[in-house]
This record gives sequence, structure tokens and C-alpha cells, in this order.
Amino acid sequence: MAPDASDWVELVDGDLSVAAADTWVRRPGAGAVVTFSGLVRDVSDGRDEPVTALEYETHEPLALARMRQVVAEIRRRWPDVAAVAMLHRLGRAEVSDPVVVVSVSSPHRAEAFAAAQFGIDALKVSVPLYKRDIWSTGAAWSATTQDAVDVPHG
Amino acid sequence: MARLILLGPAREVAGCREDVIRAPDVAGVLEQARERYGSAFAELLAHSRVWRNGILARDEDLVTDQDEIAVVPPISGG
Repeated sequence: MAPDASDWVELVDGDLSVAAADTWVRRPGAGAVVTFSGLVRDVSDGRDEPVTALEYETHEPLALARMRQVVAEIRRRWPDVAAVAMLHRLGRAEVSDPVVVVSVSSPHRAEAFAAAQFGIDALKVSVPLYKRDIWSTGAAWSATTQDAVDVPHG
Repeated sequence: MARLILLGPAREVAGCREDVIRAPDVAGVLEQARERYGSAFAELLAHSRVWRNGILARDEDLVTDQDEIAVVPPISGG
């Protein structure tokens, strides 16, 4: 999916480029970029064995629709935001691989920090994504889950 | 009739990503899904959200051929 002029929302089946998102949100009027990236850790809450990889799945139209709602809410709350990139990985990712990127540009840093934090927080509570923990001798759905809620609207 | 979408753990216990169920409303779709996929699915469904076309559904919501009913277990993105 080619990113449009102001927002780039994508589910990526393969390597996720944090640098590509960070670069893509640059705009002539934007003096600040804040990029959050979430990485695979070798620990998973509630599991003793070290995690070696994670594997993500979803129903893409539902997840993309929710991600677009999060971006729309960012634009409603912070009208000065110049561009938003929100990318999440699908499939298998190894330890230290990025699995989610939220990158926001704006004229000044305050909106970019606030919008990027809102973006990742809202994604985690509202977008239907599912991860399996994979370790040396097995695999299971993540024990760290939360009920899916509507995109926070305030 | 509705298209049923099964996400993550629901996809796993049901054994399919999508299905078609003939029922007049959301409650009827879920009842047939419980019968079709068994007790493990029923248990998971009790802890899941149910969406109709991407919005939280109520049991009494009517369903048509165009509607998508999604079983959304607790999420773990990011």
C-alpha cells in the first residue's frame, strides 16, 4: 500500500523499517519528529523460558480500519500534526526486531511527543492484533492481553 | 446470513479464519458458532468482544448478507 500525502498506515509482512517511517514524515513546515518503535523482547510476562521470537496475526481489514481511526483521532486532537506513519508487523519477528512504529511530525516537539504517545497507547488497546510467544521448546498465545476497546475519543 | 470473522485464538480454536452463518441476529450467529466449534470456542467467546462491521455489537442486532460479525478475543498488539 503506497502511503498517501499525509498518513502512512500499513501492516507489513516482513521487515519493518523504523528509519523509513522516520524519514517519510518529514515535511517542510515540521521542525520535530518523534518516532516510537516497539521491539521484540526476550522476556514475556508470565513465562519462565526466554522468548526467541514473536508471531503476529490479524484480520487485516479490521486492524487497518482501527489503525486509521487512531490516526484520525491524532489529527483531531493535534491539528498541527504534519504527518503520521503507523506501521505494524505481521508474521514472525526475532528478538530486537521492531514490530510497531508510530512516527509523527509537527511544527514543534510538544505535539509530536504527545501524538506519538497517544498513537502507540491507543493502538495497544484498540487494534485487533494477536501475538504468539515462541521459545526453544514451544509456542503459545501471549498471556499479556487486554479487552479491545474503542479508539479513545476525547 | 452473516460472514463470521475469527481472530487470533478464536481462529485457532474454531479451525478457520472465516465462516458463513445463517441467522437473523447476532445472538443467533453466536449460538450457531458455539454449536459448530465446541466448548473451547464457547469459553473463549465468553471473554471476547463481538463486533458487527467493526463496531461493538449487541445480541439483538439484526444481520444481513452484507454484515461481518467478528469474534475479537483480548488483544496483544505492539
